[in-house]
Amino acid sequence: MNFDALPEIAQSAIQQAMQRGATDAECTISEGSEFSASVRLGEVETLKEAGSRGAGLRVLIGKRMGSSYTSDLTPEGILQMVKSAVDLAQLTTEDPHAGLPDASELGSIAGDLKLFSDEVAGLEADRKIDAAKRAEAAALSFDPRITNSEGGSFDSNIGGRVFANSRGFAGAYRSTYCSISAVPVAALDGKMERDYWFTIARDFSGLESPELVGRTAAERVIRRLGAVKVETQKVPIIFEPRVARSLLGNLFDAVQGMSIYRQASFLAGKLGEKIGSDKITLIDDGTLPGLFGSQPFDDEGVPSRRTPVIEKGVLKNYLLNTYTARKLGMKTTGNASRGITGNAGIGHGNFILEAGGKTPEQIIAGVKNGFYVTELIGSGVNIVTGDYSRGAVGLWIKDGELAFPVSEVTIAGTLQEMLTGVAEIGNDLEFRGSVSAPTIMIGEMTVAGR
Amino acid sequence: MLTQGYWPIIAPRVTGGARDCPKEHDASDVLLFTTLRRGPLVATLEVFMAFSDSFFAAKFGITQHDLESYLSVALSRGGDYADLYFEYLATSSISIDESIVKSATQGVSLGLGVRVISGERTGYAYSDDLSPEKIRHAAQVAAMIAAGPAKVEKTPLHEGPRRNLYPVLTAPSETAFRERVELAQRADVAARAYDPRIFQVQVVYADNLRQILVATSDGMLNWDRQPMTRMSVFVLARDKDGVPQQGHAGGGGRHELDWFRNVRTPEYFAQEACRQAIVQLGAVEAPAGEQVVVLGPGWPGVLLHEAVGHGLEADFNRKGVSAFSGRMGQQVASPLCTVVDDGTIDARRGSLNLDDEGNQSQRNVLIENGILRGYLQDKLSSRITGAQATGSGRRESYEHIPMPRMTNTFMLAGESAPEDVIRSVPRGLYCANFAGGQVDITSGNFVFSASESYLIEDGKLTRPVRNATLIGNGPEAMKYVSMVGNDLKLDEGVGICGKEGQSVPVGVGIPTVRIDRMTVGGTA
Repeated sequence: MNFDALPEIAQSAIQQAMQRGATDAECTISEGSEFSASVRLGEVETLKEAGSRGAGLRVLIGKRMGSSYTSDLTPEGILQMVKSAVDLAQLTTEDPHAGLPDASELGSIAGDLKLFSDEVAGLEADRKIDAAKRAEAAALSFDPRITNSEGGSFDSNIGGRVFANSRGFAGAYRSTYCSISAVPVAALDGKMERDYWFTIARDFSGLESPELVGRTAAERVIRRLGAVKVETQKVPIIFEPRVARSLLGNLFDAVQGMSIYRQASFLAGKLGEKIGSDKITLIDDGTLPGLFGSQPFDDEGVPSRRTPVIEKGVLKNYLLNTYTARKLGMKTTGNASRGITGNAGIGHGNFILEAGGKTPEQIIAGVKNGFYVTELIGSGVNIVTGDYSRGAVGLWIKDGELAFPVSEVTIAGTLQEMLTGVAEIGNDLEFRGSVSAPTIMIGEMTVAGR
Repeated sequence: MLTQGYWPIIAPRVTGGARDCPKEHDASDVLLFTTLRRGPLVATLEVFMAFSDSFFAAKFGITQHDLESYLSVALSRGGDYADLYFEYLATSSISIDESIVKSATQGVSLGLGVRVISGERTGYAYSDDLSPEKIRHAAQVAAMIAAGPAKVEKTPLHEGPRRNLYPVLTAPSETAFRERVELAQRADVAARAYDPRIFQVQVVYADNLRQILVATSDGMLNWDRQPMTRMSVFVLARDKDGVPQQGHAGGGGRHELDWFRNVRTPEYFAQEACRQAIVQLGAVEAPAGEQVVVLGPGWPGVLLHEAVGHGLEADFNRKGVSAFSGRMGQQVASPLCTVVDDGTIDARRGSLNLDDEGNQSQRNVLIENGILRGYLQDKLSSRITGAQATGSGRRESYEHIPMPRMTNTFMLAGESAPEDVIRSVPRGLYCANFAGGQVDITSGNFVFSASESYLIEDGKLTRPVRNATLIGNGPEAMKYVSMVGNDLKLDEGVGICGKEGQSVPVGVGIPTVRIDRMTVGGTA
């Protein structure tokens, strides 16, 4: 059964659901195949190659919903899925806001989003393994202090998604990506550190060279050697782009409609208010060709679009699906997202913090005593209150220069203060995944250490 | 990484569906990223079931001969070892929000994974179709990791030893859906009745029933039926016009549905979630810097999971990339600390009759009186290093390669009365609950995030403090343990451990412990 056969299965599931008493139905079918090669110390360690698919159905009987899924796409499997969803809809409670998008909201954006490349399917295994080996080798040969490795890897993925509903929407698209990564380990005086780097693209030719990936990972791990714990103090904090992205992830959680209607976000009720520094302009855009957050329609069949979230520090829009839009008396922003079944949640497209004017070096040069953060660990962010406290690794800034590595410390504050405290935004925006941020400097946070 | 699982993972795992944005390589993930009840082993019919009556044989007509022939295909190019892992997973979930049953979902997925080991190399392939042609194809793909003539002679399969740590006659997923909805609704009602300041309540109930079958070229044939159930309650509280605070609680395990009626009721979880949220309404800023920290019993055992557990997984140690590598026999914790990983406790969330490589789970001593004693092994690492199996080979699903993982990780009880531990601290922090934790295996630095903690002033718990992350270094942090309580408690059954993108259910536990020095990431 190839991808072209899947839309018909989705239509059949919807028809059967309607025949069994559903008043509305939506069906998602997703398929994917993966290849992954990892090498360690120059030898192939793991090769994995396979694929799978699944179908999900959500039905409404009036204002009650039920949902189900199956990995069995035979007529018997689909029938079982249909029966299951219809049965469950008898057990849920009427929800006045439940329902599919209005027919006028459904659709798909025109034009080629460049999400799929034939090239990925045709890549020979040897070439992929070779890329992983070269990335690791470049890291290992970079510096004698790089003594070990968690390996190099090459991953590629081909996916397809079909979505249809009982209000006439039917759409399908395919996408690909591949990536190369390296994870070197370095040691100094018996203490080890590791870091990583990666490149990712929709096709092989869009990848950075394996050597650049390996060297970047190596530079990153070497600069961590000899890290110390600093005294507890309040200082300016600079997030490098890799960790700035995680901050954007926290902001997404705070502006998505589910958190908003439940008042489970510190940004609930703040629409139109100044919530941060003038320097912050944050956009969600699912329409940018070739990027990782782009798709022709969301997981309810609503076209992707560009939504300004924060403009010059003012909260302009929440990110919504149909359900949360109805709860809030607004319109969907085309941000519905789900696995393959159940009520849609909310996802972002390309979630982008607009670049500022200064280079990262210029920003660092303006800091007398501060902390340049290169990695964050832990889950210490509370979206309800805005409390922020995470484990951090990075480099200490002395008199405008990166002076020495720091680890085993935390940085803490509140997201509210961090937003208003954004003092600089770098010009180094790049697209490495669906969340993109340049360097961000925050005026002051608490570093806890010795 | 360990987190509390509040929301169910319900969809079957479709590899990289087009919607999947490629995940960033988060290195911390990549690298990681009461008295125990020992009831009698209740012999159900299933324990003594022959293979021909087992789930996969009965439902899909798979015979021992079929399995042997698939293993031969897997080894046809010269692999040293091969195994087959069949998995059938039925899941259900219910979610209540605003007192409305907003969603009810169920489904099934199944598939098979074939692994071939050749030296230190692993080939892996899987299929979501159990037809003989598809299984053979997967075996051929996995076989490609080796290049040469077959060298392992066909080994006849023998049924492995069987036992039942979770004699659940009717799995929750096999009960009427209505019963489960009613249990979840009880939690909603109880939370709303708790206090007028509670203004948002969400309840998620989720269960699954996993059937697995493992056949290995070592000749092992074994299977298991693994039920799991969980309820989580999430609430928000606020004073009039005040800032909302959250509370969550939940629990479960490999139980029958009656567990929620007789042992841990929906009301129990609802009240616990509400209590936490109300406490937080009065929270003050957390301290910043090194403090004396007292961990309460139970879920704060997340410390052990992060500080030592991951660092003792054999894959990292075999490769020499763990902060614990080469430290076997060394003092890595205070002599008061004995830490075990035990997959054999009745009905616990992390317990397993059989790991995902066909070995029985065990009680493994990791640290004994502060001395590092053991690693957690999977097949690959034990083959390479010649170590004994520890029953720790686990995987998220048939799409995943097994790795050494924890089961239920906890510290044995000490002798101090918990109140004496708190009384001994003139000034410090008492942590009663955590959201989760994470570790960088290589440097050994780990964090865990307190969600309910209190200042200790003059030996007494005083004001609650806001959420803060605690940070330490694995081989060092536990050297500062100066008192261990006599009140070992295991968590309620909510843990999800993530490593290299694979999630598995685990348990943790700890008695009250005093740690003389740990960095607290507050702002005050």
